Amino acid sequence: MRETMLRGRVWVLAGADGRLIEDIDTDQIFHNAHLHITEISQMGAFALGNLEGWKDFPEKARPGDILIAGRNFGAGSSRQQAVDCFVALGVAAIAAPSYSAIYFRNAVNTGFPVLRSGGLEQAAAEGRIRSGDEVELDLAAGRGRDLTRDGAFPLEPMSAVQREIYEAGSLFRLKKD
Amino acid sequence: MAKTVIEKIVQAHSRDEAAAGRIVWMDLDVRSARDFGGPNVVKHFEREYGDEPLDDPARTAFTFDLCAPACTLKYADNQQACRDFARKRGIPVYDVDRGIGSHVLMEEGLARPGGTAVGTDSHMNILGAIGCFGQGMGDVDITFAFRTGRTWFEVPESVRVVLKGMPSPRATAKDLTLHLCRILGTSKIALRSAEFYGPAAAGLDLAGRITLCSMITEMAGIIGFVPGPVGRPGKTAAAFPGPGTAAPEADPGARYAAEIEVDVDGLEPQVALPPSPNTVKPVSEVRGARIDSGFIGSCTNGRIEDMEAAAAVLRGRKVRPGVMLKIVPATRRVYEEMLSTGILKILFDSGAIVLNPGCGGCAEGHAGLTGKGEVEIGTGNRNFPGKQGKGPVYLASPETVAASCAKGEIAAPGEL
Ligand code: SF4
Repeated sequence: MRETMLRGRVWVLAGADGRLIEDIDTDQIFHNAHLHITEISQMGAFALGNLEGWKDFPEKARPGDILIAGRNFGAGSSRQQAVDCFVALGVAAIAAPSYSAIYFRNAVNTGFPVLRSGGLEQAAAEGRIRSGDEVELDLAAGRGRDLTRDGAFPLEPMSAVQREIYEAGSLFRLKKD
Repeated sequence: MAKTVIEKIVQAHSRDEAAAGRIVWMDLDVRSARDFGGPNVVKHFEREYGDEPLDDPARTAFTFDLCAPACTLKYADNQQACRDFARKRGIPVYDVDRGIGSHVLMEEGLARPGGTAVGTDSHMNILGAIGCFGQGMGDVDITFAFRTGRTWFEVPESVRVVLKGMPSPRATAKDLTLHLCRILGTSKIALRSAEFYGPAAAGLDLAGRITLCSMITEMAGIIGFVPGPVGRPGKTAAAFPGPGTAAPEADPGARYAAEIEVDVDGLEPQVALPPSPNTVKPVSEVRGARIDSGFIGSCTNGRIEDMEAAAAVLRGRKVRPGVMLKIVPATRRVYEEMLSTGILKILFDSGAIVLNPGCGGCAEGHAGLTGKGEVEIGTGNRNFPGKQGKGPVYLASPETVAASCAKGEIAAPGEL
């Protein structure tokens, strides 16, 4: 059984105005200049490498960190590297109001926790969740807490398929019928 | 239960109840991988499944289009890794000569109306143009599809988008599409399937449907369909085998998440400003803006109709000195038709560089990149920062790009 309670330091992908950055596309997450890389371990160095203000993310990130992103995260291309670069850095999970469909699937299929949460935009705008805070995500029940500020934010629980794949470790480990 | 277009197609490929919001297991008619994603698929497959069989090699394909022929060693290695795997496994390879994968699947009759297809290409939903459910997926998904021929899928809600009125005769399918990008943005049809109704949609030829459906990705939608028969089939429809001219229709009484009316009456040519496909203005408001280069091609505007449109503008004219125009047909068949109809000569004589088919010019690849400060106007579907190089990119129709390159600044076709 994989852990469904995650706890870690959070990075809030917000702009200077404190609002979550929307429509972060896969070229900003993992630029197409590095698409030829097929080793996951080499991908971490390029995570968010084309996102203004976040280019130093690979140096700052620590294993277990949690990412909060704006709506339509992962728009653009189908590249798996845009998920794998976070896996390579040991990022534990991402929570965002919404994702591009392909990005969401890619993450689900590699067993990387991506959670949807409608309440994050407001929580970030109001400063109820900030980079550096300690947060806790309950993937199964769908609950998020900012432990530093002692506040809660709602999460959608994982769907049955998402949970199954997460428990199995990846789509490949899922039983074929 | 009455079904939308997407529910109908999925239902025909699933034993589960295909209704919006449900997660179903779905059979795939085609699964493909291109020259990125492809090598990762090979790697995953060999690591995870070893010598286990593919579900059906004949309905599996590699399509090389991004860097064709390979212009970096990495791409060359990656393509070769796919070729080796394909030979061993009996998988067809549509190689670097053949063109953009999604278009090749349509030309080869692998993707068909009412069918299902997936690939490592985020614009696979362009297959909505022929009423096929296409979806871009990552390499893990595609590896699983190679092995099993199936995938899980959350059936999306559908939105009815009703176009009111008729655009001006000067506006093309691309102008209509850019207008929809502005109105729908990345939220109105996000994660949903869009069905387009109204005479302006129904009257599009197949090349026009391709243009429209190719940009659903930029509107964050799952896929778009124009239900029913194609208004004017045109040359592109003739190039596709099978009943490539009619998309499935929704059942009467099907349930929609929303209905959106979009006024397109009297619409004039449009351009998307850098750096987003959804920042759209009429050409008349940006005319005169400086450009250094132009690009005509991509899965959005790489059909023969697009090349004809560009040739009609450039016939007897020259690309302005100091401006570079790159033209890349979508597929080898389009290229062949350009050659046999004399369009290639017209474009060549105008001073354009005409390259071999593929994604060059849209993706980083064989048609080069823009340098810092180089302003481009192109017919692709994306102008996100960094996509085509360092320079800012405007998006427009082939007519507008051709006219702008002839004038040396952004111009509407009618101005010349
Ligand atoms: S032309 Fe561009 S958008 Fe279309 S398939 Fe090729 S790379 Fe993707």
